[in-house]
Amino acid sequence: MSAIDIEKNGDVPMLEAVNLVKTLGGNRVLDGVSLALPKGCVKVLIGPSGAGKSTLLQCLNFLLPPDAGHISLEGRRVNGGSKRELCAFRQKVGMIFQDFNLFDHLSALENVRVALIKVKGMSKLEATERALAELARVGLKDKATLYPANLSGGQKQRVAIARALAMDPKVMLLDEPTSALDPELIGEVLAVIRDLAQLGMTMIMATHQISFSASLADEFLFMDKGRIVEQGSPAELLGRGSQSRTQSFCAKISELTGVAGEACELGDIKA
Amino acid sequence: MNEYFEFLTTELIPGFKEGLWTSIVVIVPSALLGALIGIVAGVLRVYGPRPVQRITEAYVSLFRGTPLIVQVFFWYFALPYIKFGEWSLVLDPIEAAVLSFSLCSGAYQSEYIRSGLGSIKRGQIRAALALGMTLSQAVRNIVLPQAFRRALPGCGNEIIYLIKYSSLASIITVNELTGMANTIAKNSWRNIEVFCTLGMYYLALVTIATWMLRLLEDALAVPGFERHKS
Ligand SMILES: Nc1ncnc2c1ncn2[C@@H]1O[C@H](COP(=O)(O)OP(=O)(O)OP(=O)(O)O)[C@@H](O)[C@H]1O
Ligand SMILES: [Mg+2]
Repeated sequence: MSAIDIEKNGDVPMLEAVNLVKTLGGNRVLDGVSLALPKGCVKVLIGPSGAGKSTLLQCLNFLLPPDAGHISLEGRRVNGGSKRELCAFRQKVGMIFQDFNLFDHLSALENVRVALIKVKGMSKLEATERALAELARVGLKDKATLYPANLSGGQKQRVAIARALAMDPKVMLLDEPTSALDPELIGEVLAVIRDLAQLGMTMIMATHQISFSASLADEFLFMDKGRIVEQGSPAELLGRGSQSRTQSFCAKISELTGVAGEACELGDIKA
Repeated sequence: MNEYFEFLTTELIPGFKEGLWTSIVVIVPSALLGALIGIVAGVLRVYGPRPVQRITEAYVSLFRGTPLIVQVFFWYFALPYIKFGEWSLVLDPIEAAVLSFSLCSGAYQSEYIRSGLGSIKRGQIRAALALGMTLSQAVRNIVLPQAFRRALPGCGNEIIYLIKYSSLASIITVNELTGMANTIAKNSWRNIEVFCTLGMYYLALVTIATWMLRLLEDALAVPGFERHKS
């Protein structure tokens, strides 16, 4: 896309979802969810367990095809019925999972490289170079030959991020990227995510890391029972005196974990 | 003892040499075809469209649920009577044996492949799809290589069984090891020596196959998928 096109499309969101509905096992897990991710913005999804956060993220790249509603990338509506179009769309939408989902029989390097070769049709040499560059970016160049069984949780998640980034995605969907990690390993993954945000990656992330995401997010989306019930900047929702549900939810989490407390005190919240 | 060695070198070894070759001609293609059928049927049973799943399930039940000797007789004695318009298919004994063993072995192999596929976490497929792979790319590049490693010990066992049940080919006049042994025994009346030696030949074949399967497992081993040392 040329610079002029970007100019013209300045107000078209990178990713937009309109009225997504998804019923699973008789449950209306998504009940008309709409959201727009402008280019370069970071939105954070929070909400109680079972609210539908994972379901929403998986609908956004059609891993779970929504029952109703539609999704557009840069203003172009995605036809979920066309396999070819779906594969092209998914290349542009990176996804990070709570439990990493690395390919267990492949080394870190091969994990990052495999889709470059099989999907993008790169030569092995070219793909290897690219994969090494992505591993270097997440600080794992020296672990390239290790297999998932020999990587720590934090390292696995960083490989998964490198794997997604290698495809040159325009948007990243992150589903609780640090929830499966031991506390001492969370920081290294959050640092990578912060770098990404600073480089202007468009992202939506489900997380319970309130303090971290408050410092990063342009907007919080609070989900409950398949709907987005509140949205606004971290300052609006978490600021002193706010009566929002987001505020009380975060206070509850911080009571449980004792870490998010200072975030709700508006320590370094992005205004 | 000396008598035995003379019998061994003048009668048994020359006779078994030809039989051994025929056994290998039956076993190797059956094992390879059986593994191939097993992989295809196993994948279809898990990822195929519903009707295809049904068909492969039926195939597996039929071939696991009937005696192998009945299957061998069917392909050799009954198939020629089935008319396809003007045509009918007459297999020579070796072809009939290879066909029976491949189909039977494939049915068992598909069970191991299926459970291997089941042991791979669904999340890896989701990750592959999320990278833009098609389902078939994900199955071929991500799931199958892992499922195959997990299934290998079971598949190896099936090949060991195949080596032993290949002796059934002698019943439809294939002169493999067992067929040869029968002929020599009838002519020499030295049943003990003949059949004990025959047993040793099969034991040697099985030992070699076990060793080759070990090598394959070791060659494919990656951390997390090692051979369980026993
Ligand atoms: N395959 C399914 N069949 C039936 N119900 C499902 C299925 N998958 C999810 N659900 C239900 O959908 C609801 C939303 O699930 P989802 O995983 O999206 O929640 P979540 O907000 O991500 O929760 P968590 O914070 O625990 O990850 C839950 O009530 C869950 O039980
Ligand atoms: Mg979830």
